[in-house]
Parts: sequence; C-alpha cells; structure tokens
Amino acid sequence: MPSPSTIKGGSFLIEPTVSADVFIPEELSFEFKELGATAARFSTREVFSKAEAIETKEPGLMTSLLKAAGEQGLLMLEVPEAYGGLGLGKVASTVIAENITHQTSFSVAFMCHTGIGTLPVLYYGTDEQKKRYLPRLATGEMLAAYALTEANAGTDALAGKAKAVLSADKKHYILNGEKMFITNGGIADLITVFAKVDGEHFTAFLVERSFEGVSCGKEEDKLGLHGTSTVPIILNDAKIPVENVLGEVGRGHKIAFNVLNIGRWKLGAATVGGMKRLIELTAPYANQRYQFGRPISSFQLIRQKIAVSAVLTYLTESLVYRYAGALDGALSKIEKDSPDCAKCAVDAIEELAIEASIAKIFGSEALWQVSDEAVQIFGGYGFIRDYPVEHHYRDCRINRIFEGTNEINRLIITGTLVKRAMSGRIDMMTRLGEILSQLKAGFPEVDPSLSHAVWIDQVDRLKRLAVYLAGVAVQKYTTELERHQATLAVISDIIMDVYALESGLVRALKVRSPVFEAVAVYAIAERAPVLAQKARQALVNIAEGNEQALSPYLKALERIVKFVPANVDALLETVAARVLEREAYD
Amino acid sequence: MKIGVLLKQVPDTETKIKIRADGKGVEEGEIKWVINPYDEYAVEEALRLKEKAGGEVVIVSAGPARATEAIRQALAMGADRGIRIDTTGIEQDPYTTAVMLAGAAKNESFEIIFAGKQAVDDDCAQVLIGVAEKLGWPHVTPVEKFALSGKTATLQRPVAGGTKEMIEADLPVVVGCEKGLNEPRYASLPGIMKAKSKPVAELKASELLGTERARINVTKYSLPPERRAGKIIPGEPEAAAAELVRLLREEAKVI
Repeated sequence: MPSPSTIKGGSFLIEPTVSADVFIPEELSFEFKELGATAARFSTREVFSKAEAIETKEPGLMTSLLKAAGEQGLLMLEVPEAYGGLGLGKVASTVIAENITHQTSFSVAFMCHTGIGTLPVLYYGTDEQKKRYLPRLATGEMLAAYALTEANAGTDALAGKAKAVLSADKKHYILNGEKMFITNGGIADLITVFAKVDGEHFTAFLVERSFEGVSCGKEEDKLGLHGTSTVPIILNDAKIPVENVLGEVGRGHKIAFNVLNIGRWKLGAATVGGMKRLIELTAPYANQRYQFGRPISSFQLIRQKIAVSAVLTYLTESLVYRYAGALDGALSKIEKDSPDCAKCAVDAIEELAIEASIAKIFGSEALWQVSDEAVQIFGGYGFIRDYPVEHHYRDCRINRIFEGTNEINRLIITGTLVKRAMSGRIDMMTRLGEILSQLKAGFPEVDPSLSHAVWIDQVDRLKRLAVYLAGVAVQKYTTELERHQATLAVISDIIMDVYALESGLVRALKVRSPVFEAVAVYAIAERAPVLAQKARQALVNIAEGNEQALSPYLKALERIVKFVPANVDALLETVAARVLEREAYD
Repeated sequence: MKIGVLLKQVPDTETKIKIRADGKGVEEGEIKWVINPYDEYAVEEALRLKEKAGGEVVIVSAGPARATEAIRQALAMGADRGIRIDTTGIEQDPYTTAVMLAGAAKNESFEIIFAGKQAVDDDCAQVLIGVAEKLGWPHVTPVEKFALSGKTATLQRPVAGGTKEMIEADLPVVVGCEKGLNEPRYASLPGIMKAKSKPVAELKASELLGTERARINVTKYSLPPERRAGKIIPGEPEAAAAELVRLLREEAKVI
C-alpha cells in the first residue's frame, strides 16, 4: 500500500525518485479493486441506463441517483469511521473517481458532492460540525455544494463581494450577495459559502439550503454537462448561525484554496475514467467501421489516434495514483486521535499543491485531446448528437476552466516552486548550483546497465532543464517574475511533463510490461524535443535580443538536453495492437 | 439455519478465450474472473433466506487460489464465511468437484444448499446433482421461484411448452438457481471492506477425494469454427421470399 516515506511537494524535480515511493495502480489491493468494480457497476447499471433522462434534467432524478449511490456506500469513502464513513484514503477515492464516469453529468455531480462539497467540513469542521453534517453527507441524506465564484470574482476569487455581518444578538451572521455557477446548487442541502465578514475578512460558512434568506436562481443553459445543476446561490439577509462558521473568521482563503487542491486531484482522477470510457467507444468503433473494404482500425493514422489516447490515459493514471499514494502515505502518519489531526491533514494536502495542479491540468488537457480524437475517429458520426462521443467533447471542455483555470494552475505550479525555493522550504537553490557547476564538469551518467537507462537519463535531463530555466528566469526577472506569465507557463509545462513522464516510466519499470514500456518510452521520445524547443524559445525571450546574454543560455541548453532517436511509429503500433485487440484500455 | 452455497469462479462472459498452445486448456493470463452469474442468484437467495430465518450463509468453492477472490466477493454481498477446497494439482471434472463439495458440505451439516443451475464456462450442469447424490439429498433444478415454510420448500421450475412445475421438497435439498429467481444485490462499499476480515477456511482436495479420480479426460480444446458470412437476397419482397425458400430447401436442406 501507499509508500512509507513522506514525500515533499515538488521534490521529484530536485531529488532522485525512489521507485518504491511511487504508488502504481497495479499495486491496488483486491478490496480496492472491488470498490472500483462496485462503482463501475453502479455507474453503468443505475446511472448510464438513465443517461437521457439525466441530460434532460428529469426532476428529482439526479438527487435520487446520488442518494442511491449513498446507499451503496459510494459517498462515505473518505469520511472517518467515527462519523459514519469508511475512513479510506485518496487511493481508494481515485479508484471510485475513475469508475463512476460512465455518465459525465452524474460523474461531475458525484465528484462535487464527495469532493469540494464534503471535504471542507471534513478537514476544517469542529467536532460538533462534523457530527452534525458528515454522517448525513456520507449517506447522501444531505447533498453538498461549494460556492466560491461570483459574477466578478472567478479566478480572482478573493475579490468576491458577498458580505457577512454579525447580528445584534451575536447569534447569526447575516449574509448578502450572489454566488455564481454553483455545481449541484439546485439540489444541495449544504453549501460551503464564502463571504467577507464586514466586507473585509474572507470567511467560510456552512450554509443549509433551508436557512432563511437562502435561495437559488435559474439553471444555466450550458455548452455541456446538461444533466448537472448549475445555478446562482442568492443570499438575501440569509441568517447563518454563528456555530456554522467554518474554520476561523478571516481565514476562509486557506479553506478555499486548499479544498481546491483536493478538487484538482479529484478532477484529474475523474479524467482518467473519462478517457477510458472514450477508448471503450472508439476502439470497437474503429474495428467495426469499414471503409475501402477494411476496418478503419487497419489504417495507421487511426491506429495512432487510438494509441495516443491510451498513452495519455496511462500517463494521467500514473500520475494521479502517484499523487494519491503520496498523500495517503503522509496522511497515514498522522495520529488519528491527536487534536491537530485535521490541521496536519490540511498541511499534507497543501504540501502537494504542485502535484494537485499538475493532475488538474494534465488530466483535463489529456481528456480534451482524447475526446477530440474520438470525434475524429467517429468522423461525421462524431459530430452527430445521437452518437456517443459528441457529448464527451462538449462535456469535458469545462474541465480546463473550473477548479482553477489551467492558466492559473500553470502559474501556481511555478509560483509555488519558486516561493518554496526562496523560503528554503525546498532546496532548489542547491540543486541549481549543482547543475550550473555540472554544466562545466559534465552531468553524472545513469548506470548504463539499468533497463531503459537512456530514457531514465532523458527524464533526469528534463528535470535539470526545469530547474535551470526557473533559475534563469528568477535571476533575470527577480521581483518582476510574476508578470512574465508566458515564461512561468513554459516552466510549468516542463515540470508537469516531468512528473507525468517519470510516473509513467517508473510504473513501466516496476511492472515490466512490454506495452507499458512502449507507452512510457514513446511519451518521453515525443515530449522531450518539444519541451527542449519550448525552453529554447523561453531563453530567447528572456535574452530580449541581447546576443551576448543568449549565447551562454543556449550553450547550457545544448548540454542539458540531448536528442535520443526512437521509432515512435513502432512504439505506437505496439500500443495500438494491444488496445484494438482488447477494445478497451485495461 | 445453516445455509450452504456452492460457488464457482468463471471467466467473465465477455472474455475473449484463447486456447493454450498445448491445446490442453485456455490461457488464463488475461482472463477477468467473476462469480458464475447463476451462482450470484444462489448467493442472493441464500442471503434472503438468512434475512428471514436467521442463521449463517457459508460459501463453498473448489478451485485454485484465485477462487478465494470469488468467495470474498460473495462475502462482500453479505455471506458470513467461506471454505475453499484447494484444487492445485488435482484433475478436476464435474465428478471430482461434486465429491469434494459434498465432502465439505457433510462436515458443515447444512440444512439447505443453493447453487447456480450451471456454470457458464463449461455449462456442464452436473455438479449440484452430483453433490445431492453424494449427500443422499433430493435436488430441484432449475428453480425460478423459491419459498420455505417450516421445513418444506416450495419450488417452481419451468418445463417444456411454457408450463410451470410446482414441487414441494422437505429439507435438506439442493436448489439449482435459474435466472429470474431474484435480482442479486451488489456488494456495498462497507460490505467489501467488512469482507476482508471474514474467515475463509482452506481444505485439501486430496483429503476429500480419497481414492476418487476424475472420470473425464480432456484430450483437446478447440474454439468453435467462425461463423460464415450471411447472404443477403436482393430484389422485390415476393421474389426474394421465393428465392429464400428455394435456398433453404436446395442449398441449406433444412426444409
């Protein structure tokens, strides 16, 4: 089970990775696989069978399905046993997240309830609040939502105008304002609402839908996810008992952002399921669809689309399980009965903020690409609503927007890394120093007797590239770094791919499966030159036309990166043959 | 009431079966194993009986180590404990399986035994009958309705022509379960986690078999021939129908 050592956030970039610390789905216990099987069965039999009614928002249906999920125990996974749950961790939760994905709207409503809906109480609630709400959230008796966004406060969440004022008798906070785009808003009984006490102190409140002055507006007409409820939550002199303040007054931003960390990983986990479902549609379709007297799955360009879809699924799967294993490892060390147990849990989640953002961006963009290729494989039928891939293409678009846009998450990755490096929380400066001196002396070689040594070396090189580029950017822009978003995003892209590629390679080397090895090698061979080129362009931009400044940058780059040729067509063919034979990812 | 369930782990029905190179069996490497679907009806019926009459549901399976997983799946549905007869190195056929299961059942002194009417892998439908024979009990199969009053079971089974046969049987009896008998529940998440700590005892096949040996000797496995492509008869309905009749009579020689 999850790794024994506690993993520091971002450490994969600067310290050698220990293979045993990387949890892989092949290490799932029998019970955890069974949890997944139950989720998949519920998802197909009870939910997917009602897809049409869900998409037309049949009144009461989503609510009754979530309650039925509660009866199966699907909502209680992460709730501690003391509050009526199973007290299981993030690995188990990942298994559920990827198996509950057969109907996309339901999947999102489910993730919202069990993730950003339930977790604020779980991590920040007092014992009394937990006793009051968690057992009911665990069974589905109450459904939950999370209300942060406002019309003029999206990414800039702290700019919200919702206001809370303590009543004269000091028994209630009176809330006024309007929250926007609230997933599950129309069906939720408990909503974590953020508002500023006296217009100043950002604070979280546990708001029951039945409280006086709480109402919701009309359902939004959306591009996708037609089955989910997305409404504004209107607070009109809403009376919230003071005992429903979550955490401390003025500390709401901590809750808001840390809950999103969890939400981000969960979203990544759900995209794995989304991609698997798409492959289950495209692979059989490609085998059955005949053109020129042959199944289109016999054509290389179609085979490669299927193979690339599997590669993206594999990489995302590898990194979300790695994240979940690392977090479970950290959480398992926390004394469950200690008074600051919740606080330690919160710290552990915050520690892995970089990895959570990676899961969110990588997963959402991978699913986007896979759904795009799915439409392409289905050809004209992919564009038609009666066929099963069209809605996936629309439904997954929001993933790049909610739970923090991919843009803000890119800034978070590099921003967090640099901030931690500056404060000494992560020893990136020493590592940078090492790299700079190795630029002259030469880099240490990977033991050539290791299997796939050349690809292990490629990942090491990309790590150095990320640290070097971050170092150059910090040195050049100093306090102005934040403004140079494009450079920050390039650094994030390298960091993100390093995490994904390494997770995939470590997993392949642990499992020793020829198909996994083909996937991992293909991914590195394909990504490394692209990242090198992005870094080169970033260095050119940083040099601002000054050739004297540019020349050492480019010399360093030439030493750090190394082109390794690989026959990617052959690698993709290995993957395609496997997926098309099984007509599924697994 | 002490209720026994006979259970077999079989390949998922969607598995693409591949024959081993030596032709003596199927390749097991990539098979997804599940509880025999008919056995799920048996587990469900046993659980319903226990919910009414109280007692204990014991799952008995004869198979290799992996069969423990199928037992655990039944425990996750709500059964109380399991027994696996380890068949490693044993030549298993319906006869030896029946001997082993009956041996295990005898030790448990069950009052009733439920089993799927057949396993969907080899479709032999022999084992539950063999178990009843070895125990000296009656059996009824396939059963699509079951009720128990005191020590008398009322069972409904379909017979040719769409009629139903109603049978009364005094306990003990072996019941072969048919589709439609019930809707098997699926394991809840707490059920799965609880199953982890329920006991699964292991028995040795050789001790239960004594001198008994398999009666069937498998000489070779082969896949059924691939279905040939169909024929589409073009033209106006009347002419096409006439042509179809001609082909059925002259080429297919079925009418």
